[in-house]
Amino acid sequence: MSRRARMLFALVLAPVMSVALMGKAFAEDAQRWAVNMPKGVTPVSNAIYDIHMIIFWICVVIGIGVFAVMFYSMFAHRKSKGAVAANFHENTTAEIVWTVIPALLLIVMAIPATSALLDVYDTSEAEMDIKITGYQWKWQYEYLGEDVAYMSELATPEEEIYNTAPKSQYYLQEVSQALVIPAKTKVRFLITAKDVIHSWWVPDLGVKKDAIPGLVNETWAFVEEPGIYRGECAELCGKGHAFMPIVINVLEKEEYKAWIDKKKAEVAAVRELAKKTFTLDELMAQGEAAYNRSCAACHMGNGEGIPGVFPGLKGSAIATGPVAGHLDIVVHGKAGTAMQAFGGQLSEVDLAAIITYERNAWGNATGDVVQPIDVLKFKQGQ
Amino acid sequence: MAHGPAKGIGRWLFTTNHKDIGTLYLWFSFAMFLLGGFFAMVIRAELFEPGMQIVKPEFFNQMTTMHGLVMVFGAIMPAFVGLANWMIPMMIGAPDMALPRMNNLSFWILPFAFALLASTLFMEGGAPNFGWTFYAPLSTTYAPSTVNYFIFGVHIMGASSIMGSINIIATVLNMRAPGMTLMKMPMFVWTWLITAFLLIAVMPVLAGAVTMMLMDINFGTSFFNAAGGGDPVLFQHVFWFFGHPEVYIIILPAFGVISHIIPTFSRKPLFGYSSMVYATASIAFLSFIVWAHHMFMVGMPVGGELYFMYATMLIAVPTAAKVFNWVSTMFRGSISFETPMLFAIAFVILFTIGGFTGLMLAIAPSDVQYHDSYFVVAHFHYVMVAGAVFSGTAATYYWLPKWCGRMYSETRGKVQFWISFIGFNITFFPQHFIGLAGMPRRYADYALQFSDWNMISSIGAFIYGASQLLFLFNVIRTIKAGTPVSEPKTWEGAEGLEWTVATPAPYHTFSTPPEVK
Amino acid sequence: MQNKPNRWLLIKLLSGVVCMFLFALFVMPPLYNMFCEITGIGGKTGGPYQVTDAGVDTSRTVKVQFVATNNAAMPWEFSPKVYQVEVHPGQPTAVAFFAKNSTHRDMVAQAIPNVTPFNAAEYLHKTECFCFNQQPLKAGEEADLPLVFIVDKDLPKAVTTITLAYTLFDITDRVADSLVQVN
Repeated sequence: MSRRARMLFALVLAPVMSVALMGKAFAEDAQRWAVNMPKGVTPVSNAIYDIHMIIFWICVVIGIGVFAVMFYSMFAHRKSKGAVAANFHENTTAEIVWTVIPALLLIVMAIPATSALLDVYDTSEAEMDIKITGYQWKWQYEYLGEDVAYMSELATPEEEIYNTAPKSQYYLQEVSQALVIPAKTKVRFLITAKDVIHSWWVPDLGVKKDAIPGLVNETWAFVEEPGIYRGECAELCGKGHAFMPIVINVLEKEEYKAWIDKKKAEVAAVRELAKKTFTLDELMAQGEAAYNRSCAACHMGNGEGIPGVFPGLKGSAIATGPVAGHLDIVVHGKAGTAMQAFGGQLSEVDLAAIITYERNAWGNATGDVVQPIDVLKFKQGQ
Repeated sequence: MAHGPAKGIGRWLFTTNHKDIGTLYLWFSFAMFLLGGFFAMVIRAELFEPGMQIVKPEFFNQMTTMHGLVMVFGAIMPAFVGLANWMIPMMIGAPDMALPRMNNLSFWILPFAFALLASTLFMEGGAPNFGWTFYAPLSTTYAPSTVNYFIFGVHIMGASSIMGSINIIATVLNMRAPGMTLMKMPMFVWTWLITAFLLIAVMPVLAGAVTMMLMDINFGTSFFNAAGGGDPVLFQHVFWFFGHPEVYIIILPAFGVISHIIPTFSRKPLFGYSSMVYATASIAFLSFIVWAHHMFMVGMPVGGELYFMYATMLIAVPTAAKVFNWVSTMFRGSISFETPMLFAIAFVILFTIGGFTGLMLAIAPSDVQYHDSYFVVAHFHYVMVAGAVFSGTAATYYWLPKWCGRMYSETRGKVQFWISFIGFNITFFPQHFIGLAGMPRRYADYALQFSDWNMISSIGAFIYGASQLLFLFNVIRTIKAGTPVSEPKTWEGAEGLEWTVATPAPYHTFSTPPEVK
Repeated sequence: MQNKPNRWLLIKLLSGVVCMFLFALFVMPPLYNMFCEITGIGGKTGGPYQVTDAGVDTSRTVKVQFVATNNAAMPWEFSPKVYQVEVHPGQPTAVAFFAKNSTHRDMVAQAIPNVTPFNAAEYLHKTECFCFNQQPLKAGEEADLPLVFIVDKDLPKAVTTITLAYTLFDITDRVADSLVQVN
């Protein structure tokens, strides 16, 4: 509080000083003071950047013209200088001229804009397809035809958000698992949502598309430069709107091949792991981490929820009642509420760990241990 | 018929006098402006630094929603209805509004609507948190339980707007003084006439949209629910079919005000009166056929995007004609810079900037990067705040002497102008930058590279907020202790019937209609 | 004195208001749906298709992909049996989606189809589709949901891949509600 107050005091009362400070910071860190959109790393993002700059400069030129006449009048035709008002109040020629010229300028703008838009829409001949599903408040990436799918959630810890820990470099722009795609490959994205409307936006790729429940949108990217690119959700989707970033790791084609093979092996390994038996402590430790990743956004880290919006779990009937009921709501969700069906989102190990954690944390001392195999059996309807 | 106002609170509760009702509207809108401004201060204080400091994200969403709703429906629209009530009868030589009792009703249901809306802040589940555009299904299946209060509130304020516009249309069409032909009407009357028709056409559509929401939420229909054969995108079409004309509803009366102030202080008649009328009418017409430019990202066929892009770009033509006309009015005039003129000039400059960013947003391919970013926030605050609010402030200073018979302090007026102007630009200019750099709107918290411009923007917001308190002080001070003026014509260059009546304007004016040559 | 013209105007304007309200409520939604079906906005497809011309265009091959999504809290297992098929335009093709209700209660689902790219939507005809009806499954029951489709021979040349996506919604409560109303 006091730091903010000091800051305010300094900046409000000494604007000169703040301008000087700004100048220094400008030199030090260009990205922090970015004033324009990124050029990006795809042909589409470059086309967008070019059309953006063309329109911008046309506007600047018109603006300078209009304001020049206006400021000239303000200086030259001031009453205090003894200016006497003329009495003209229409001029058909002038009015026709300044209707026709803007109209022509608009046509000049429309031509490159049309060709750029056709680029954005050209989804033909994609080499691979990835389905992107927006959830409250995370993304799911599904490699179609590859049997690889995973959730990508915010990795920034709550302590950084609530200012009890220093913020790291990629604050709110880091995720549990990035989307991985190959470079120099035309990738088609099929975008949809589970619950409310989200919007998948990665500025460097020149890609933004609404994710709408019940509707599948498509867009595409051809990334030229391998690297890590960051984006965010751009459509208001509830309280976690600012907390569902996108991270894309673009690899060279061969590296991508190795990555997807490794990923497939991992999927098989996780399935195998579900048959193992864990101790209460192991499940509690893993459960706390998984809970904070997938559940704490609504039910809160302390299990108390948000009264009237999201129910608390501390001492709740579900978390302290029969295990079957608890499994049912976590695996199958609850229709008509924000409670999702996590059965398809998380591994059996994570589900078992979360349920065990919820039944034993915050004074919910049921002592129950739910094993991954129990979850698996429940899922199979046994 | 009584010759003066009634005494006590009854005067205000039961009044059918257009000046009293105008005053009520203006004070109500200013109260809402302060409330909405307070919500804005909460938003900017939270965004001062990265991290959550003051509010929780769910409350932040309530603040952005309430800020938008209160400012659009509570502050700006009633402010111009108030100006219309005060000025239109005096400008066209009518004794009062055409339907005085309906006028009383249309005002008095407004405080009720906003009390209802504001009360949700204190209810379990909280205020509406789905943005002022309330897209389904966030506002239906996933809405807080208080959404029914919101729907009821929107219905009431819609009814109020519709009654207000019917009244204005009836007054303008039926109550003009003899000789006041349509093409002799002052610009403010013209812009309001067109605005009133827009309101009649689209407020029922808004009512329809919230009614469909109400039925989806409470009666199991599926207008916006894909499961039952509906479509959430339909909501956006219906909303923006209302929403795009709505933004012109806000800005057209502002155009009218500016078209009075610039000629007055340039001491020269308005340039291109008839082209102004046609430009206003064509903007109003175009507003009905461009709505889906707010939805370039929902997934439209490319042909649809091209159509909406071209149609939207077309709006630049009549809008540019208006700006050229204002500049030509100033050209070779005899200009002086009293406070209303300063606000009017700032209006033209800042509105033009907002118009340029609007043109950029119309370009569908680059809208991929602008859509729902802070660039959009900067754009619509340049047209809404520097447009509607600056124009409303200019109008207040311009007509205040006529209303209360006292002159405001020019020094204090100018101080308020410069603080507003500087504060406004510090707040909203950097938002162009953070938007282009990739920060989405309605974010409760943001990544570190956006910190610096956000902090500057917040500082600007506090300055701009403070300048509005100074505005309040100036107005009260003028009413209580301003220098008395009695000349009918306060400003040397002013034209129009309102400047032919006594100052302050008597409770009843034009009981016998004037003759207009 | 001015009352008569005012009253007339009032009636005219109020009927305008009522018309616009009814327009929003009863005209815009069906108009929008009609528009979608004609132009394929939002990838919407039409109802059951009657085969008119049996010819097959063997000179062209089109890839058709199948995608399944569960909405919100829909807990069923739901997936296409094959991810992708290659077909000739005009040739009827049968595929199936697998669905299993792994919960302990009887449920009813509705699948909503959606085609991308949108300009292909009007060229993908379904002669038989589980999405035409509601799908009830008892607790623990599983089923293969049938789909027979034909790609129109007039499909634009530029389209080489069509994605047919189904989103599965849980409508158990809605069905129960309407039963209560009927009874």
